[in-house]
Amino acid sequence: MTERTPGFATLAVHAGAQPDPTTGARATPIYQTTSFVFDDVDHAASLFGLQTFGNIYTRIGNPTNAVLEERVAALEGGTAGLAVASGHAAQVLAMHVLMRPGDEFVASKKLYGGSINQFNHSFKNFGWNVVWADPDDIGTFERGITPKTKAVFIESIANPGGVITDIEAIAAVAKRAGVPLIVDNTLATPYLCKPIEHGADIVVHSLTKFLGGHGNSIGGLIVDGGTFNWSREGRYPMLSQPRPEYNGIVLHETFGNFAFAIACRVLSLRDMGPALSPFNAFLILTGIETLPLRMARHCENTQAVAEWLAKHRKVAWVSYPGLPGDRYHNLAKKYAPNGAGAVFTFGLKGGYDTGVKLVSNVKLFSHLANIGDTRSLIIHPASTTHKQLSDEQKVQAGAGPDVVRVSIGIEDKADIIADLNQALEAA
Amino acid sequence: MIHDSYSDAYIRGILNTVKTIAMVGISPKDNRPSYFAFKYLLERGYNMVPVNPGQAGKEILGRKVYARLADVPEPIDMVDVFRGAQYAPQIVAEALALTPRPQVIWMQLGVRNDEAAAAAEAGGLKVVMNRCPKIEYGRLSSEIGWMGVNSRTLTAKRAQVLGRGVQRMSLARPTLAGGATVDSAPAKSEA
Repeated sequence: MTERTPGFATLAVHAGAQPDPTTGARATPIYQTTSFVFDDVDHAASLFGLQTFGNIYTRIGNPTNAVLEERVAALEGGTAGLAVASGHAAQVLAMHVLMRPGDEFVASKKLYGGSINQFNHSFKNFGWNVVWADPDDIGTFERGITPKTKAVFIESIANPGGVITDIEAIAAVAKRAGVPLIVDNTLATPYLCKPIEHGADIVVHSLTKFLGGHGNSIGGLIVDGGTFNWSREGRYPMLSQPRPEYNGIVLHETFGNFAFAIACRVLSLRDMGPALSPFNAFLILTGIETLPLRMARHCENTQAVAEWLAKHRKVAWVSYPGLPGDRYHNLAKKYAPNGAGAVFTFGLKGGYDTGVKLVSNVKLFSHLANIGDTRSLIIHPASTTHKQLSDEQKVQAGAGPDVVRVSIGIEDKADIIADLNQALEAA
Repeated sequence: MIHDSYSDAYIRGILNTVKTIAMVGISPKDNRPSYFAFKYLLERGYNMVPVNPGQAGKEILGRKVYARLADVPEPIDMVDVFRGAQYAPQIVAEALALTPRPQVIWMQLGVRNDEAAAAAEAGGLKVVMNRCPKIEYGRLSSEIGWMGVNSRTLTAKRAQVLGRGVQRMSLARPTLAGGATVDSAPAKSEA
């Protein structure tokens, strides 16, 4: 008898979860506890020595969080996951396993602004040096590689939207350099794009956005693709050398193709500490159950809104790869054939003042600095998130005075368009 | 039999059937993967027998170590090969010479020898290669999910507690297969 491989929607509902073994509870329980009792002293020793699977302390692992980890790992096609307090925490913990002071990583310069800040400033305090490359010119990634390079970092669909990265071309550069490719898949979610299928070795997420989907919980997650050989050149001693913290065990030879996720848990999360609350994990898990339904609706609405805006007399341009003629349209058809996401930017002919009026006039859209909510969201970066930058820096960051960013929700698309229409007419 | 992937039913059938497992190549060092796997399987109720000529006569985890399979004074259901692939044909030959014969030859994660597998199968034995019985037990019992590992199994049935403490689960867990187990990245086998 051949065994079925479950489809994406089935995994979104079931992966990692099962009725509670002791109570039969069908929904995943919220294990709101700091600690777990040991069966006996020997069991405790086995747990602390990583010799057995089990729960010790919620900073290191929690059964509610574990369901979320397995769920996202299954959706991404990875071997294991690690849930943490935020998307930023996921990036710090993943890099902590790979980097030592003085090391470098090559990153796309078209990234979420928060990641650019983290890499430019906080990471440099650890001696982890970012080398920026342009995803529209793959040669810049090639030229950014040096003997100190330990990783390549990109976003599949880059926030603030409109940029689709050629994952396979950049994966080939990373492979030639012998370093892992890390892909932030927050805006796409595995419903639209599975980076591991295109050559990524590690996937990171802000769960706060479309995976959680309801704007109620901050969270992050690291997925181990199980594809990278950490022992080949000895460049990743956290994985290939005996660990003094754990009695000399070698994580890669002990845990094989999920060793990276284990290292993120037992070396990074254990010692740096940004654990996810089990309550947040529960809310995010509930969100993921409807991910396929929501993403289909998000993309359908976004396509309609982008097409409508492109014809509006007060709109100068729309940057959405779902539009034919967009410079990333062909890449979108390859990497995100079911929709180019729900976040994009457009430009106003009236410039800065019109932008300020637009975000003041909307009644259905929420004026705030998040994305990936059931609700439609809008922001005028030049007057808010990017206000402190010079005009030149604003333009470089894609936050010129005329730019408006939207994250399209799952309301009725006619209502979304009507709200934008009344706000634009009055702007 | 093709050994690139195994169905969950095949692996579960083996782990549910065997009781006495001889681990050839177990290390006495408590930070080595073989020691981990031996201890874990012992805690899950298997009758574990250590085999390592360099440790013969000593004890590992309270179990007497034997030099060779032929020295083990009780019937062996499964031979777990924790040695390099080049040693597999010799270990299979020793297993086939036993009376009664073991039912299963299991070669560890990173160990694959198709010639040795064919010889074992010709002798009526089941074969698993390039897998770890600890990881497979953890996967099929759902324990491995506690570490965030993708078990590639799905079920709407309640997992069963093994009964030796609260954090040990049994294999009595019917699953909708999450897909065949795929090759794992090579982890070094014990020398």
